[in-house]
Amino acid sequence: MRSCNLAAGALAALVVTALGLGTAVSQSTSRKPHFGKPISQADLAAWDIDIRTSDGKGLPQGKGTVAEGKALFAQQCVACHGDAAKGGPMYGSMVGGIGSFTTNARVLTPGSMYPYAPILFDYIRRTMPMTAPQSLTNDQVYALSAYILNLNGLIAENAVMDAASLTKVMMPNRNGFVVDNRPDTTAKRCMANC
Amino acid sequence: MSRKEKAPGASSRGATLKESSHIHSQDRRSFLRGGTLLAGATVASAAGLTGARAQRLEIPPSGKEMGHIIEAEAYGMPSKFEAKVKRRRTDVLVNKQNWSDWSMTPLQSQLGIVTPNGLFFERHHAGVPDIDPDHHVLVIHGMVKQPLKFSMSDLMRYPSVSKFHFLECSGNGLTDWTKAASKTVQQSHGLLSCAQWTGVPLATLLDEAGVDPAAKWALFEGADGSTHARSIPMDKVLADTLLVWGQNGEMLRPEQGYPLRAFVPGWEGNVSVKWLRRVKIGDQPWHLRSETARYTDPMPEGKWRQFSFMMECKSVITRPSGGMKLQGPGSYEIEGFAWSGNGSIKAVDVTLDGGKNWREARLEEPALDKCLTRFRYTWNWDGGPAKIASRAVDSTGYVQPTVSDIAKARALVGFVQHHNGVFPWSIGQDGEVKNAIV
Repeated sequence: MRSCNLAAGALAALVVTALGLGTAVSQSTSRKPHFGKPISQADLAAWDIDIRTSDGKGLPQGKGTVAEGKALFAQQCVACHGDAAKGGPMYGSMVGGIGSFTTNARVLTPGSMYPYAPILFDYIRRTMPMTAPQSLTNDQVYALSAYILNLNGLIAENAVMDAASLTKVMMPNRNGFVVDNRPDTTAKRCMANC
Repeated sequence: MSRKEKAPGASSRGATLKESSHIHSQDRRSFLRGGTLLAGATVASAAGLTGARAQRLEIPPSGKEMGHIIEAEAYGMPSKFEAKVKRRRTDVLVNKQNWSDWSMTPLQSQLGIVTPNGLFFERHHAGVPDIDPDHHVLVIHGMVKQPLKFSMSDLMRYPSVSKFHFLECSGNGLTDWTKAASKTVQQSHGLLSCAQWTGVPLATLLDEAGVDPAAKWALFEGADGSTHARSIPMDKVLADTLLVWGQNGEMLRPEQGYPLRAFVPGWEGNVSVKWLRRVKIGDQPWHLRSETARYTDPMPEGKWRQFSFMMECKSVITRPSGGMKLQGPGSYEIEGFAWSGNGSIKAVDVTLDGGKNWREARLEEPALDKCLTRFRYTWNWDGGPAKIASRAVDSTGYVQPTVSDIAKARALVGFVQHHNGVFPWSIGQDGEVKNAIV
C-alpha cells in the first residue's frame, strides 16, 4: 500500500515536470508546505480578547458601575486583594502611588502606573479571578474596572464604564513611558590600573 | 573506617590544578553547604598520584556484584548522589503565592553550555497547565489575508530547525543591584538557562497566512490561566523568532510551555510566550499590563522605559561563587558563563583585585550566537583576601558595564529589571566566597 502511494506520488511529480511546470521557481513554490486550515472570525471569537489599550480597540459592548464593581469585589476579589484593594494575603495594594514616581519609593498600582485605563479591562478579563480566569461577564469586568479606578480617585462614584467612557479616562502616567535607548552605557575595556 | 576515608592529607595545604579539576568533577554541592570541600577524597587522590602516601587500592563493591537490571522502559534519572542539584523557588524575594512565581537554575552545578530540562528555570504567571497536544490549537489572525489554525501535528510537519540559545528572565539579578541579598549564584543569576530549541520559524507560518505589508507588531498569547500576552515588533518576528516544541532533544516540559511556545532569541524570557495559542498581527503595540505596569524599567525623573526587550551582554563567575569555600592557597580554575542577546561573545576578562586590573580569560568552544559561552581562567590564589569578577565583550563591541555605570543612566529604585552589571565575589582568608556586589 505504502509503496503504491509512493509510486503514485512519483508519477504525479513526473506529470508536473512533463507539463512544463517544473521551473525552479514554481518547484520551490509547490514544495512550500501549507498545513494551516482556514478559520473564521466567528470561530475564534472566544479567543479574540485582546484590547489595544491606547485607543480601546477591541473593547466589547457592555457596561458596569462603581457600585456593581464594589459588590462584586467583595464576593470574588477581597480574599486576595484585601479591603478596598489595599492589599491582602496574595497581592499587594492596588490603590495610591500616584505622584510617587519622582521619589525613591515608587509605588506601582493601576492608578499610578497604567498609561491607559482599558489595560484594567484587558487584564481583569484575561486573568481574574486567579482561581477562575475568564469566568466574568463583560459587564462584570467593566464594573470592576470602574471600582478600581474610583478607588484610585480617577473617576467619580457615580461613573459608568463602557467602551467609550473607559477609553476616555485620563491616566496620570499617560506620558510616563520612554522608548528603549539602549545601549545606555559605554563601558571601556580597561585592563590595568582601572 | 579505612585509612583513605580518613583523608590523612587533610593537613596538606596544597591545591594543585589537578586537585582543583578533581574537585570540580566531585561535588560542588559541598561548596554550597558552606562546609568543607571533600578535602579528604581530593587529597587522598592526589596522594595516590604522587605516591607520598601510597596505599593499596581495594576492589570497590560496585565491581563485586551485579548492578541494576535494565528496566523494560524508563525515563532515566540522575544519580542519587546528585539529588541536591535542583532548581529552587526564589527565596530571596519571597512571593506571597506560588502560581505567579519563579524558580532558579543551579548554575554553580551546570557543566557545559546546555541546561538539563529538569533544571531549566521557571517563570509562570498562573501556574503550569497540563495541555493535551492532541487538543492544542494555534491561531494566526489579525492583519493577514487568511486567518489560519494549526494543530500540533500540522506544525510538526513543517521542516524544523534546531538552535542553541540562552533564555534569561528580565528580572534576573533584581534582588542584587545595591545590596548583597543573594548568597549563591543560583539565587543571584539563576533566572538563566540555555537549551537547543527545535521548531519552525514563525515567518514560515506568517508567509502562509499572508501578512498585510502595513503590519508592524504581533501579539503572542498563551493558553495558561494568565493568558499571558506580549506585543512583539514584526522586524524581530520575521528575523529569527521560532515557534518551538522541542527542547534538548525531547518535547518541551510542561513548565516550559508544552506543547508549543514562542522563542524570541536574545530577548527577555517572558516574550517567549509559553503554551502559545494565538498570534495576532497588528499595526501598533497593545500596551498590555505586562508591557506597562510590569517588564518596564524605572528611569530618571519618574519615567519608565518600555519595550526594553534586549538582554544585553553579561557574564558571571559560577565557580568559585557564593557559598563555596576554597581549601587553602594554590591553583584554582575560575569558571563562568558569558552571553549576549546582541550576538556572540568575543572576550571575557577576569579581575582578581576588585576591578583594578583585568586579564583575558579563555573561551571554551563553541561560542555561539545568543548562547551561553563558557570561560575559564587559571588562578594561583596566594591565600589573601581577593575580589573576583568577570566582564564580557560581545560581537558588537559592547562591554559589560558595572552597576555604577548603569546607575548613571537608569533609576535603580524598586523592582528593577535588566541587571547586566559586573558581579563580584569576595574571597576571605578563610577561603569563604561571598556576594560582594556592594
